[in-house]
Amino acid sequence: MHMADALLAPPVAAGMAVASGAAAVYSISRIRKENQAEKIPVMAVSAALIFAGQMINYTIPGTGSSGHLCGGMLLSALLGPEAGFLSMIVVLTTQCLFFADGGLMALGANIWNMAFYGCFIGTYLIWNPIMKSSLFANMGEKAGTRAKIILASLLGCVVTLQLGAFSVVLETSASGITELPFGAFAGLMLPIHLAIGLVEGLITAAVLCFVYETRPELIQGIHRNSSESKFSLRQVLACLGILALVTGGLFSLFASSNPDGLEWALFGNSEEGYAANMALDEENYGIESSAAGTASAIQESTSFLPDYAFKESDSPAGTSVSGIVGCGIVALIAFAVSAAGRFFRKKAS
Amino acid sequence: MNRAEQALYELKQMDELSAMDSPVHRFSALSKLLVTVFYILIVMSFGKYDLTGVFMMALYPYLMYQLSGISFATCLHKTKYVIPLIAFVGIFNPFLDREIILKLGTVSVNGGTISFLTILLKGMLCLSASFLLVASTKIDDLCAALRKLHIPSLLVTVFMLTYRYISVLTEEVAVMSDAYHLRAPGQKGIAFQAWGSFLGQLLLRSMDRAKELYDAMLLRGYHGEFPETHSGHSSGGSLVFAVFSIACFILFRLVNIPALFGSLFVR
Repeated sequence: MHMADALLAPPVAAGMAVASGAAAVYSISRIRKENQAEKIPVMAVSAALIFAGQMINYTIPGTGSSGHLCGGMLLSALLGPEAGFLSMIVVLTTQCLFFADGGLMALGANIWNMAFYGCFIGTYLIWNPIMKSSLFANMGEKAGTRAKIILASLLGCVVTLQLGAFSVVLETSASGITELPFGAFAGLMLPIHLAIGLVEGLITAAVLCFVYETRPELIQGIHRNSSESKFSLRQVLACLGILALVTGGLFSLFASSNPDGLEWALFGNSEEGYAANMALDEENYGIESSAAGTASAIQESTSFLPDYAFKESDSPAGTSVSGIVGCGIVALIAFAVSAAGRFFRKKAS
Repeated sequence: MNRAEQALYELKQMDELSAMDSPVHRFSALSKLLVTVFYILIVMSFGKYDLTGVFMMALYPYLMYQLSGISFATCLHKTKYVIPLIAFVGIFNPFLDREIILKLGTVSVNGGTISFLTILLKGMLCLSASFLLVASTKIDDLCAALRKLHIPSLLVTVFMLTYRYISVLTEEVAVMSDAYHLRAPGQKGIAFQAWGSFLGQLLLRSMDRAKELYDAMLLRGYHGEFPETHSGHSSGGSLVFAVFSIACFILFRLVNIPALFGSLFVR
């Protein structure tokens, strides 16, 4: 899910950098307020651990494949959302700089998609309400807490990865990079990340259950017995319901209003129109209507192009045959300059 | 070589590259960081059909790789993570944007193909520029440059410490993975039953290690911030490099130089 620079337009990249920057500033101010200097090495070592943990392949039972950890929920459960978020920033920056995993200017978007949701949404809307609730109270304290950890990890990873994947679709579409209709792109991304989220949730739950068995004091928010719990089952369900409504509403809002405007408008909103978009065969699937006729006339007029040239409206300074020839000349000059440089360097040494 | 060992090898390789000596290595980290950020922004800002404009931007990494003595092949190896994602996003363009916008003799090229090639080229160029920055700059210098840009010290300190501990913990993971697979030959990954204990044990040891690390830092007089490193690089040359590079990028963005050159030969 690491986005490359090429997938973002500068305004979108800048917007996401500002949003992630604001979340980072908030997190830093919270940690400074707590004045816990000993948290700094813990954050650093935890970030290094997540990085190292991502190198482990976990065999997925019943399949021939394996999955790996992303870490947002795990870090938040161990360090709290703010420290976890800052540690995730460091993990993502290291991956970007040293392993070319994600772009430098896309770092803001990647932090938002992979760290913000996992740490803040995951903690405040999923982890905390579930861990503070009286859910599974009838199972006894230890088994009940373990069940809550599993539920919170699974739900947290699935929901936050879905939000992250949806943000990738939004950001790429807003940048105008892909011609893929918004709905189709989301349809491709979300199911893949549902599976990834489930695997990550299982890994996170397994690790947190192990920590709970051995050193429970390391996990955030579990030192409450059910009599002290602030959240009832009803409140947890209400919280999750609000989350589902917000995300569902957000998804449907964008899915219905932004489905690759021009092509959607040309082929109407019927199933045939969608099939035509996806199957790329407009003649067989197109809708016979006056609107469609007008639309195809418009398309014909815009498709008329002078030979050996780019359509001017699309790229005022765009590519042309002369441009391609010019690229060849520039490449030749660059090659000649570097060859000369090599020659003189060798001569000097 | 397992994945952890591969990651360790790549980290060591980056350390060795940044320790080389060349004119590019001698430029200040701040100037290289600013030039790289500006370069990526300019590359990102080109239109989706502007393939020749983006091509012109390839001059910067091409010349810088030549000047630094860093092999471009090393950078190409890193694209294994990025190019598939870019290709996934752009691969539909040739099928969805079928408007013919270029004819080369009898060959017609549609807009989607041009935009797909442009995305791929942009991805490669941005990646090669950020790789060049890290491969030609030591991590301490990079952190000092981040502090000069007023990135909060807390974040920079965590980044520096993490970088130092990544190799330690990744090495532990490599040893643990090897030990596990020696006892479970032929198994592809870590079995479901051991998911929790495998990483969990490392996590517990890491938390204890963090406590020892903090105690050691306090003993050495840590007061919330690491002292700044001074690389001693000449600022004059770096300033000229930064101003010249940024001016060239702006020129390449505003003037389609390949088209100008080409128009001398093709009407």
